[in-house]
Formats: sequence, C-alpha cells, structure tokens
Amino acid sequence: MKRLGSPKELETLRRSVTSQRDPKRLCITICSGTGCHAYGCEKVTATFTEEIGKRGLEGKVDIRATGCHGFCERGPLVVIRPKDIFYQRVKVEDVPEIISETVLNGKIIDRLLYADPNTGQKIISEHEVPFYKKQKRFVFGSNGYIDPTSIDDYLAVGGYSALAKALFKMSPEEVISEVKKSGLRGRGGGGFPTGVKWESCRQAKGDTRYVICNADEGDPGAYMDRSLVEGDPHSVIEGMIIGAYAISSHQGYVYVRYEYPLAVKNVELAIKQAEEYGLLGENILGSGLNFSIRINRGGGAFVCGESSALMASLEGKPGEPRAKYIHTVEKGLWGKPTTLNNVETWANVPLIINKGASWYAETGTENSKGTKIFSLVGKVNNTGLVEVPMGITLREIIYDIGGGIPKGKRFKGVQTGGPSGGVIPESLLDLPVDFDELNKAGSMMGSGGMIVMDEDNCMVDIAKYFIRFLEGESCGKCVPCREGLKRMREVLDDITDGNGKEGDIELLEQLSAALVDGSLCALGSTAPNPVLSTLRYFRDEYQAHIKDKKCPAGVCKALITYQIIEEKCPGCGLCIKACPQEAITARGKKQPVVLDQEKCIKCGACYDVCKLEAIEVR
Amino acid sequence: MCPAGKKKLAEQVESILDSHQRDKGMLVAILQDIQAEHNYLPRESLEEVSKGLCVPLSQVYSVATFFKALSLEPRGRHLINVCLGTACHVRGAVRVLEAMERELAISSGETTKDLRFTLETVNCVGACALGPVVIVDGEYHGQMKAEKTKDVLADYA
Repeated sequence: MKRLGSPKELETLRRSVTSQRDPKRLCITICSGTGCHAYGCEKVTATFTEEIGKRGLEGKVDIRATGCHGFCERGPLVVIRPKDIFYQRVKVEDVPEIISETVLNGKIIDRLLYADPNTGQKIISEHEVPFYKKQKRFVFGSNGYIDPTSIDDYLAVGGYSALAKALFKMSPEEVISEVKKSGLRGRGGGGFPTGVKWESCRQAKGDTRYVICNADEGDPGAYMDRSLVEGDPHSVIEGMIIGAYAISSHQGYVYVRYEYPLAVKNVELAIKQAEEYGLLGENILGSGLNFSIRINRGGGAFVCGESSALMASLEGKPGEPRAKYIHTVEKGLWGKPTTLNNVETWANVPLIINKGASWYAETGTENSKGTKIFSLVGKVNNTGLVEVPMGITLREIIYDIGGGIPKGKRFKGVQTGGPSGGVIPESLLDLPVDFDELNKAGSMMGSGGMIVMDEDNCMVDIAKYFIRFLEGESCGKCVPCREGLKRMREVLDDITDGNGKEGDIELLEQLSAALVDGSLCALGSTAPNPVLSTLRYFRDEYQAHIKDKKCPAGVCKALITYQIIEEKCPGCGLCIKACPQEAITARGKKQPVVLDQEKCIKCGACYDVCKLEAIEVR
Repeated sequence: MCPAGKKKLAEQVESILDSHQRDKGMLVAILQDIQAEHNYLPRESLEEVSKGLCVPLSQVYSVATFFKALSLEPRGRHLINVCLGTACHVRGAVRVLEAMERELAISSGETTKDLRFTLETVNCVGACALGPVVIVDGEYHGQMKAEKTKDVLADYA
C-alpha cells in the first residue's frame, strides 16, 4: 500500500472502499467484545463463516466480528444489518437456522428476539430495544458496525476525515479553540477542560512535547475504555494525531493495562495500519506533520491513572506520583510538556472536529457537554455499556435503560466515580448526571463506572471495600494516604467485625479530613469519598453495626447467622452437599435439615444453592 | 541456577531487551515479557536487565515489586485470577474467592504445593457485566458461583 500523500488521496481511497460495499447487502455483525467472548461468540462467528461457505453464500452475505455492542447482559449478540434484526443469547446451534430462516427467507426467529421484561413484548429491531433507545451513541456508535482490525471499515464510516480537516483546513490554534468551544472535559475522572489543557501544553516552553493516551483503565467496575480501544482503536488514534497537531508533538504513547491483551493487540495493529496508510509516521497525509505512537503496557497499578504516576511508569520507574506544583502540561514525561487524556476523551475529538463545536455543545448541560459512556453494572437487569447525553437522570439510566433491579429487590444506591467517588441514594435518583451535580452529591463522574446496589448490599461493607482497595493501591509515598487509609480500614474492620465503638464514626471523619488535606495526589485526597458519602446517606447503617451489632443487609459475617426456615425446608439435601463444613445434617426423609451454628463458617454456600428460599440471613 | 541455565537466561533477556530497543522506558514491558517466558522473574533475569539497560538493580527491583502483574516468586502452571472489582464484589466475588481458597487449601497470593495453581486477585478485568468473574490462564468464567469452583478447576490439569 502506497502511503497517502494528500487528503485527496484519502478521499479517493475512501470512495474505492465504499464503492466495493453494497449498503443493501446483508451483513451479519457478531459482537466480539469481552462479554460476548466469555459467552463463546468466537464459536458462533466460526459457525457463521462455515455455514455461509457451505451454502455458497460468500460474496452475498458479509460476516463481521465487531467490537462491543454494549448490551453485555444478553450476549452473544448478533445483529443482521441493514435490516437491524437483533438476536440475543445466540448459540452455535442457532446459526444454521438463522441462515436458512432469516438470511435466506427473511423470517424472524421469535425465540432469539429480546423480550421486554416488563411487557413481555418481543422486539425485532436493535434500535427499538429499550436498552438502546434512550442512548445517544455518538462516540460508541461505530463499535457495532466495524471490524476493529480493519482500517478500511473505519474509513468506510468516515474515519480520518477529521484528521484531514484539522491538518488542512485548520491551524493548530483553531483546533484548540474548537475543542475549547465544544466544552469537552476530560473523561478519565477529573473533568478538566481538554482544550485548556492543550492550550497550556502548546504554550509551555520546550521543543519536544508528548501526547499520551491513558488506557490504563483502573476504576473497578468501569470498562468503557477497554471496549472503545478494543472495538474502535482508530478513533482513539485519530484523536491523538489531531491532538499532536494542535500541541505540536511528534511522539505519542498509549498506556494500556496488561489485563487487556486484546486492546494491546488491536491498538498495535491499528498503529501499524495507520503507518502503512501514511496516517502516522513522517509527513502525515503530506501535511508535514511527523507523529508516531508507541504502546506501553501498564503493570496493574491503580495509581498509574494519576498523570504524573503514569509518566513515571512510562520512564521505567515505579508509578509514584509527584507533587504537581508544576503541571505535567509544562513538565511531564521526561520533563517535557505533555498532554495526557484518556481513551474516551481522545475518541471525542474527531467528532468535535468533524461536526463542529456548536453541534457538540448542543448535547449536555451547561458545564458538561456531549455524551458520556457509563458501565452500568451490579444489581441491574440490563448490564452493559451505555452512552447517554450528559444531564440524563440516574433514574432514566437505571430504570429506563437498565430495566431496574433484578428479582424484585429494592434499589439502595448507585456507586459512581470508582474508588474516588461515592454512593448516591434512592432519594437522589432524579439527579441529572453531569460533572458538577455528581460532585455536589458527594460523588464524582470518574471514568464512568455505575455500580447499582440493592437492599442486599451493605454500605459499610462497600465503604470498607473501597478503602481496602485503596490501601492496597496506595503507592506509599506520602504519609496521610499510606497510614490514613490503613487506620480507616482498621476502624471499618472493627465496625464490620462487631467491635465498633462509640466515636468510630467521628474518627473516620477526622481521618478523612486529614487525607483530603494532606495527600500528595488525587488518589489520597479523594479516597475518603466512599466513606464520607455512605456516612452522609447511610449513617443509620453504620450505627446499626456499631450500636446494635447488626448488619441490616446481612453481609458482614461477624454480625449475621444463617437459619433454616423449617416450614419451607423439605429436606432435599442440596445444602448438605454444598456445605464445605459438614455443618448441615439431615433429620430424616422430608424433614427440615439442621444447621450447626458452631461449625458454620457463614460462607453462604447453602443460601446460594437453596432454590426454595428456606434459608435466611439474620 | 546452573551456569548453562544462566547463560540461556542471559541470551533470552538480551533478545527481549533488543525487541524493545533497549529503551529504559519499556522496563515494565520488558519485565512482563520475561515473566511470560518463566512465569515469574528469576533474580538473575533482573540482574541481566539491570546490566543491559544500565539501570540500577535497585530500580529494576523497585519496579518489579511495585506492579501487581509482576512476581518474584515461581508461580503455578495455571494462574487463577479472581476479579474483585466493584461490580463483582456486589455480586458476591468474595464468596467465590473464599470457595477457591478452601478448594485449593491456599490463601490468595499463594501457590499450591504441586505447583498446579496460583491463586491471585485482580482489581477489575473490565468484564463487569459478567460478574463475578474468574479468569484462569486468560480464559474468562463469568457469573461464577462458589459451587461452580470445583468444576472450573477440574478443567486445568
């Protein structure tokens, strides 16, 4: 392939790619994101290929293994385009039928359709599925249409046209001003205005500048960056090249988590393809811009989400942050001005350049523009990735898109912002979701994790979970974070072990204040949020643990017992088999079983296995 | 380590260093590549890296011990990672971990005596919709339950 030497050549190539594609031809798209992978989508794809071959349909029907579609709950997902027929939980056995019925005869297979759990109504079209209906998939939209390993697929949906526009129709200053005007704020957690960051970096003194993409998605419960970088890597790369042009950089880095091997693979391939096409490397599209990108694999340290820690790691040092009297836009990687944005932020850039800042700013709230991808997970019916306009309410996300709470349980809270965020209670379900509103509620946007919790989740346990998490991830450089988190965890251990005492809550608040004031980086200064927010909204629950020695949600082991409800237990013996301690014994045929509390380790195995709800937690 | 083993290791490290253009910034990736070969980081390999990159051994050691993905201890043939991300946590990941610990009679972070399994936890693998998730040798097992542990482990000899 000859490197493209001008925007005209790019357009010629794009036309030749699209001219070979008949938009009316059936295309079977199979979601190959992480979720569907675990459900066995690879075999489904292979079977489709095999069946198509067997029936001589090659050239008449296309098959495309795409990135994540988002509705992970229902995988493996198959969408037959352009008719938009949406099949869910597709198994290998279903494939021949899909080909003979739907592909060849246009008939819909009823059992593979999604049924609305509330109305029971079967839905044919992907866009009509409630999970997708309220979404605005500006950034995430291409994922379901393109093969992430094909640069031609990206070109076919208009890929790299923003780059051509930026390079040839806009000055670097104009690019920065457009991004500023769009109101784009960093999607990695901090929410810093992206254009302002770029401007400071461009103005910083120095000849060498770096561009970094943070794909070290560390917030537990968030995986939108993974799905973007795996499913649409070129959009991220295109954003980075535009950023490099704006700040005048020649070298970029993508810092990816080692736990995301497919992301590493797809980005590597995308970089290679872009280099071959002349979209990376020397003299990009004949514009004179030289820019290349290297990949670094992170080593699994949460603190590396912090910019100066990430840069230390890129320099081959332990990922410890430094005090940022001087910002990384002035002195970042190797002491040079550096612009670091996360995956989703970069993926927003081509959109802004293509459609313009004013179009972009139409979506969202006053200070939070555009859309945000959330990973809607935990105790919610429709788990998956959702892209919604800023300002949508939590209720709309959790109930309209997420389909509410499973098993008729009661909603208790939603955790946003990862370990730096907090838990938002039911009373705030109508809160519009944007950077400022979430902050006001004592939580934060973070990278977009949204973990829904029901009545069975203990808020003290959740707070302890995050503090323990952060204690393990604290780099140990500064005392407030290293020692403060340890002390907070000890207090929380006491509370959940039934050793809580009067004054523990106040002690937690004091320690929190010390962490907020004294920590070196944001890991420490935001670390108390899970505790403070749960104290703010669920103080009763802390008090129940401390005063009554009870865990109302039935989670904290030291404060609960498992009991057999004799009236409900037919003595089937399932729990006897499940119990690792031989603590449950039979009393006789059709007699309720007996649980020996002395032997019980409260592992919950009996509770999980009992189908008759004959075991309760007290 | 015997002299022949040491020599082989040195050659291996050399080729890994070359594949990263002896770039100091690629230290984490270099250590990951060595670990991919040996399942852990033998002491001698750290010494070779230190020499090869002209980076003090103390810095190599501090990087090797800083990142969770790197291990200085030999690990089992099969690596079990129990995800303890928030989404997995709220759906009962701790119970799954405890079941694994009971089944293997080791604690998280340890290796079975027969070197068959190493049990580790991970903070989130980004497969949140499937939680609780257990990954064995890179293979995802979604919607895990304590009672499924035996069956899952049986597949790995």
